[in-house]
Amino acid sequence: MNGILHGSKIRTAALILGIILSFVVMVLSVVLGYTDTSLSMAIEAYTAFNGSNEHLIIQLSRVPRALVGMAVGISLGIAGVLMQALTRNPIASPDIFGVNAGAGFFIVFGVTFLGITSIQQFMWIGFLGAAVASGLAYALGSAGRGGLTPVKLTLAGAVMAALFSSLTQGMLVTNEKALDEVLFWLAGSVEGRKLSMLAAVMPALLLAWIVSLLLSRQLNAFALGEDVAVSLGQKTVIFKFVAALMVVLLAGGSVAIAGPISFIGIVVPHFARYLVGSDHRWIVPFSALTGGIMLVLADIGARYIIMPEEAPVGVVTALLGTPFFIYIVRKGIFQR
Amino acid sequence: MRKYWVIQRKSFSYLIDKKTTFAIIVLALIALFSMMVSIGVGELYIPPFGVFTALIGSGLEMNQLIITEFRLPRVLVAFIAGASLALSGAILQGVIRNPLASPDMIGITGGAGFAAVAFLTMFSDDSNNLLLSINYLPLFAFVGATSVAFLIYGLAWKDGVTPIRLILIGIGLMALFQALTTLMMLMGPIYRASQATVWLTGTVYGTSWKEVKAMLPWFLGMLPILIFLVRRLNIQGFGDDLTTGAGISVHRERFMLLMVCTALAGSAVAFAGAMGFVGLIGPHIARRITGSSFGGLFPASALIGGIMVVLADLAGRTLFSPLEVPAGVFTAAIGAPYFIYLLFKNQ
Repeated sequence: MNGILHGSKIRTAALILGIILSFVVMVLSVVLGYTDTSLSMAIEAYTAFNGSNEHLIIQLSRVPRALVGMAVGISLGIAGVLMQALTRNPIASPDIFGVNAGAGFFIVFGVTFLGITSIQQFMWIGFLGAAVASGLAYALGSAGRGGLTPVKLTLAGAVMAALFSSLTQGMLVTNEKALDEVLFWLAGSVEGRKLSMLAAVMPALLLAWIVSLLLSRQLNAFALGEDVAVSLGQKTVIFKFVAALMVVLLAGGSVAIAGPISFIGIVVPHFARYLVGSDHRWIVPFSALTGGIMLVLADIGARYIIMPEEAPVGVVTALLGTPFFIYIVRKGIFQR
Repeated sequence: MRKYWVIQRKSFSYLIDKKTTFAIIVLALIALFSMMVSIGVGELYIPPFGVFTALIGSGLEMNQLIITEFRLPRVLVAFIAGASLALSGAILQGVIRNPLASPDMIGITGGAGFAAVAFLTMFSDDSNNLLLSINYLPLFAFVGATSVAFLIYGLAWKDGVTPIRLILIGIGLMALFQALTTLMMLMGPIYRASQATVWLTGTVYGTSWKEVKAMLPWFLGMLPILIFLVRRLNIQGFGDDLTTGAGISVHRERFMLLMVCTALAGSAVAFAGAMGFVGLIGPHIARRITGSSFGGLFPASALIGGIMVVLADLAGRTLFSPLEVPAGVFTAAIGAPYFIYLLFKNQ
């Protein structure tokens, strides 16, 4: 499988184009929206700040959300690649694994029983929940006879998701105040996140991005099959552990800031593979860029669907992602 | 002594397994017993004898009022909802020949949930008043369930429907409908959102005879259809080729069964909310007791499903009293671990 972009020169050019494109969509994300703003206004907000409404919105709302959207999109894209490679499952992704539902459950639990209120605390407890849920789904999917099969993993994830979400609902039923506080988070959104929140998880995300890029050679070896990888000298146990840890950092970090944003993790790696074939040294950076661009675009779209209100971006990605998901399933990867 | 009783008429035939019949009678007794207990236990405890006298119309007037007006309809709705869901799950598992299928895993309840929440938010005005009577909610839920059933079947169709494709497409659609449900909840007032959450979890709180009257015809109406379809469903288990060979139009039958399944799930979800996991594990427990012939499986599933929801509701009312926990929390809390156990065992 080679993809439609052949040769490293064209791919490098495409990669640079992608980087430029991601800056363009971020600028669009800053400029477009309910409050009318222009590019010059955005620049003025930082060079000649005058305290006007527009400048405040740009500084406090638009710029943070563009950056958060990009960071989360990149992370989800990479997390999707790692998960799909690791489990050899074309529909593996944070949402299918029940990571979102797990994080949601932990956060609602924290709000209801531990009385946490600050978004900073949401973040860390969500992080914990994401790690627990993905660990559980992975353990469940790989235990038993036959090891880790795609279908088993999917079902295990679906069960974890069903379990966590019904427990979450049970808690929300008894606590209307908590419902009000977490409903928007539960839908998945990059709106209203402060830069300080992003700064708090950024070190973890950055580390995971770099390690994932370094892992891409190993991913190639692993993709040939575990036996082959071992005979090529790969320490598969360590590799799997490190890769899984990166998944937890990436998926957990993104869920913690932005809430459950579905389908980016599934769709993006497929798109990247379509572009550059099966070499993970290219797939990882391309997935990162596509993920970021896609999420920022979805976030821009989310502002216009039910104007003047905003739809959560998680709803937009679900609307766009489901048809693609169905296409993957229908393509018959699971013929058995 | 023969193992079976045989009943044969023109359009249906039954082999009645004696052991199965015995098991079903025992289950029915357990069901009756758990309903009696559930009627008796609550804020005001009424001993079994008191329950009995109140049911036959004598005894303390206070007890009679509590039982006939509040507790009896609630227990009945719980039982019928559980029975419908479990039957629907049993049919679905038979139709797509996969024991992991159930109306809630493949998105049928998700569709009903979306339709119900959409109804709650779209037809309420600024001061939280519903513009349409709440009596239309079940209709919406039902239409939602049916449309999703068609959608899943249609999308999974590619020279026939394989179980894996059906489940995966169902899971995908489930995610979509969850997102849409959240969107609807955000668009409406918070009061409606909280009402919707209770409904989505599955609860029989505050049900009255009105709900019983609305549910019963659906439930009873589907039973005779099932009696005629049992035999054919048994044959379907052997595969499409054999079924066609036995002179049965596979697609027509499958379609009819799917409609019955959706009608049952839809009506249960409409009145008792999206009660999780009953449709999945009810039939599983039943299969362990009666084997996989649908003649015995259907009644056993229905009884077990009913018992499950009645007990879940009892637990929800009493364990955290005075707080009421929706019954759906308990069915999921028990159902999910059991499902996980199944996953391990089936591999």
